[in-house]
Order: sequence, then structure tokens, then C-alpha cells
Amino acid sequence: MIRVRQTEVLVIGGGPAGLSAALEAASLGCQVILVDGDLALGGQLIKQTHKFFGSKDERAGTRGFKISEILLKELKNHRDRVKVHINCTATGIYKEDGVVSCVIGEEEYFRIKPERIVMATGAQERLIPFPNNHLPGVYGAGAVQTLMNVYGVIPGKRVLMVGAGNIGLIVSYQLIQAGVEIAGIVEAMDKVGGYWVHAAKVRRLGVPIFLRHTIKEALGDRVVTGALIQEIDDRFQPVGREKKIDADIICMAVGLTPTCELLWQAGCEMIYVPQLCGHVALRDQFMRTSLPHVWVAGDAAGIEEATAAMVEGRIAGLDAARSLGKGDKEDLTERLEDLQKRLGDLRGGEVGQKICQGLACCSIQGWGA
Amino acid sequence: MDLIREHPILDFKHGRKVRFTFDGEELVGFEGEPIAAALHANGIRIYRLTPKRRQPRGFFCAIGKCSSCFLVVDGVPNVRSCITPLRTGMRIETQRDKGVIALDAE
Repeated sequence: MIRVRQTEVLVIGGGPAGLSAALEAASLGCQVILVDGDLALGGQLIKQTHKFFGSKDERAGTRGFKISEILLKELKNHRDRVKVHINCTATGIYKEDGVVSCVIGEEEYFRIKPERIVMATGAQERLIPFPNNHLPGVYGAGAVQTLMNVYGVIPGKRVLMVGAGNIGLIVSYQLIQAGVEIAGIVEAMDKVGGYWVHAAKVRRLGVPIFLRHTIKEALGDRVVTGALIQEIDDRFQPVGREKKIDADIICMAVGLTPTCELLWQAGCEMIYVPQLCGHVALRDQFMRTSLPHVWVAGDAAGIEEATAAMVEGRIAGLDAARSLGKGDKEDLTERLEDLQKRLGDLRGGEVGQKICQGLACCSIQGWGA
Repeated sequence: MDLIREHPILDFKHGRKVRFTFDGEELVGFEGEPIAAALHANGIRIYRLTPKRRQPRGFFCAIGKCSSCFLVVDGVPNVRSCITPLRTGMRIETQRDKGVIALDAE
């Protein structure tokens, strides 16, 4: 019989949201297990070489991988209460008995019976359909970042980037920093989706941005050798001549979608919210889902960015601990209000409007008794 | 290996160099780094062939979610090579079918 480990709080996912949740819950005295599928904690932060925006409270001006180091240091202060499992995938959650099954590597299974769960499972890359999109060389933008920024591997010689949102622009710039040529950036919309400052950087370096263009087909027999791109009209129908682009990597930066399988499996009430880029769990102002023992935070709760994810994680961690009777009531109320205010400030700008619209669709003002 | 030698921001700290084989060929990679990264650095792009149409698949998501980079490692099929650390002496092979679960497992 595979043994069952008990814990007060299980945090699934060790990115910005999960790390924040784990350290807040532990700071209030909770026993915490933190599991993450990757080989290191930090999630996508560890490969972000650019400086973050946002507010000073959330370390604007600091590079992403440095923020990860700060969080890990903070977590170390609570190491006696936080048990970390890396290379550990939460594979299932059982409604009948509340047990979560996990596997370390591919073979070593174990079970956890937590009193509270924070789902901080993050996001996964979207893919768009086109012929040969399965060829080796068509990679997710996050994957390309991992190769070059975490492991120092040159991903390819010449890259076609698909998508001119922030990720497409930032990864293009990072590829150039790593010495890789960018053949161009293809964007279906008639303007760049990402921040102007990121677009300006790559434009200055002479990277062509093909607006109102789409990828028609990846070329290559066994691996990618190029792509056909084509202009599209207002209704996204191809017009004009196809252009052939030589590239050994086609990097897909066409958006992310929340990783929500465990939330579905747990039985959380879910809703499709386009502004949050997929199915998300209904949640109250403390990130508690329709299941009283399950919280959600970060990109799993809707695609946003790492700064908001950290604040959401802190809120979820504190509230989960509070529900176990930890901490001082008044102090907690104050801290949670402060965090909610910071979250509100982060979403105050123009970019935050879409997020706020999305949140209006899935936020509940308290689940009641 | 196709490694970044100089970077304006990052300073890569690789682990110990270890030997492993891919389809019988001896290669070198860094211990503890994902198998997929080690293969990629050695110029290997095709990690498996689809069972029916024999189409090549390789690296894709790098977070252990997409199944594209499955390989056979020391005889174990369907290993997510993007999140499985490289160890010395690993025998890594292209996966050519669905793989079979060892039924004598607990």
C-alpha cells in the first residue's frame, strides 16, 4: 500500500503564486507541502531576464529570475515547516477522500491527504492549427526561453516568432541576446499586442514585424526548415502572395491558457472567461473556490502576469491558513485588505481593464457560511 | 555542444559533464539538466516517432505537459525528457511506439 502523507496545506505549483502561498501559510505556522513538476522551483520566473513593471511593493525594476531568488530565500526562513518536492507532478485529486496522488519522476508514486489545497498550477502554451505544426522545431515560446535562459542551450540558428504580444517580443529580444537571428515576428492583428517599450527594442535591432500576417504552413520533411506566411484581411482570410521564410525554429507565442485539470477534477465550479484566456474556477475575494478547502492563485486563476500572481498567492496562502485557525484575526484582516488593495492598484491601468472585466465574470463576494 | 558562451545578463552554471548514449551513440551532457536540453545541445531534434504515422516529434512545451518529447530511458518508455534529469550512463533511445507498462510494478 502506498503510504499517505498528511499535511495542513498542500500547494500545487512552485511558481510565483505557489511560492508566495507556501511561504505565507508557513509564516502563520502551517505545515506545508509544496510540489512542482519542474527540476527547480520558481516556475517561469527563473527564465525571465527582463525587469518587471508593476509597483515597488512587488519589486518593479527587478529581473524576473532575481525575484525568484528573493522568494526562495524567503521560503528558506520557513524550511522547517515547508516540505518541497521538485520533479513531482500532482497527477490526480480524488473527491471521495480528498487525496491527491503525486509522482516523483515517472515511477515513484505517493499520496497526500491535505486539509487545504492551493492550486497554483500556472498556465500552458496555446498552439494554433497549421499544416506541419507538429514538426520538431515548432516550439512554445516558454520552452525556447527554458532552453536558452535556464540551460544555456542555443535553441536554433534562425527563428520565426509567431505572436507580437509581450511574450513574443520579449523572447525575440532574448533570442537576439543569446546570439540567435530572428527572421521576423508574425502577428495576426493590425498592431503589436505587447508593451511599446518591448516592441521598440526589437524594432531598433532591425527585426521585421509582419502585422496582419499569419503562418500558413511549417516547411520541412523531418524537422522545420522554414515557414510560409501570408497577409490576412479584416476577417482573417488570407490575401496576397505567400512569403517563404527560412528558419529552423518556429516559436509559438500565441498566448497561454490556465492549467485547470486538477480544478475540474476536484469539482470546483468552473466558468469559461475569454478575458482570462480559458476555463477558470469561481473564487471569492480571498481566492477560495467553490470547494471550501481549495484555493486558486496565479495564472491557473486566469492569465495575467507574475506580479499579480505573487499577490494572489499571498492572499490564498494567508486565507487558507486563516481557515485553519492560524494567525491573529485582526492582523490577518488588515494584511489581506492591504494585499487586495495592491492587487487593485496593479490592475488599475489600461492593461488591467481586460483582467477586471474577466474577474467580474468569475468573482463571488463570499461563499457564505 | 550548442551552448551560449557569452550572455549580457546570465551566467550559466552547468553541472558535472557526464556521458550518456542516444540510440547507441555516446554523447556528453550536464548532470541534472533535462535530457531534452542535453539532446538539443547535441543537435538532436527528433525524440520519438508517432506509433501509426511514424511522424517525428521533439521538444515542445518544456513543462512536462504535452507528451511531444517522450523518450525511452534505460528501457522505460514515455519518459518526459523535458523534466527528467540527465544522469551519467543513461541509455536513451528514440521512442518508436506507444511503450509498454511494466506490469510487475507494485
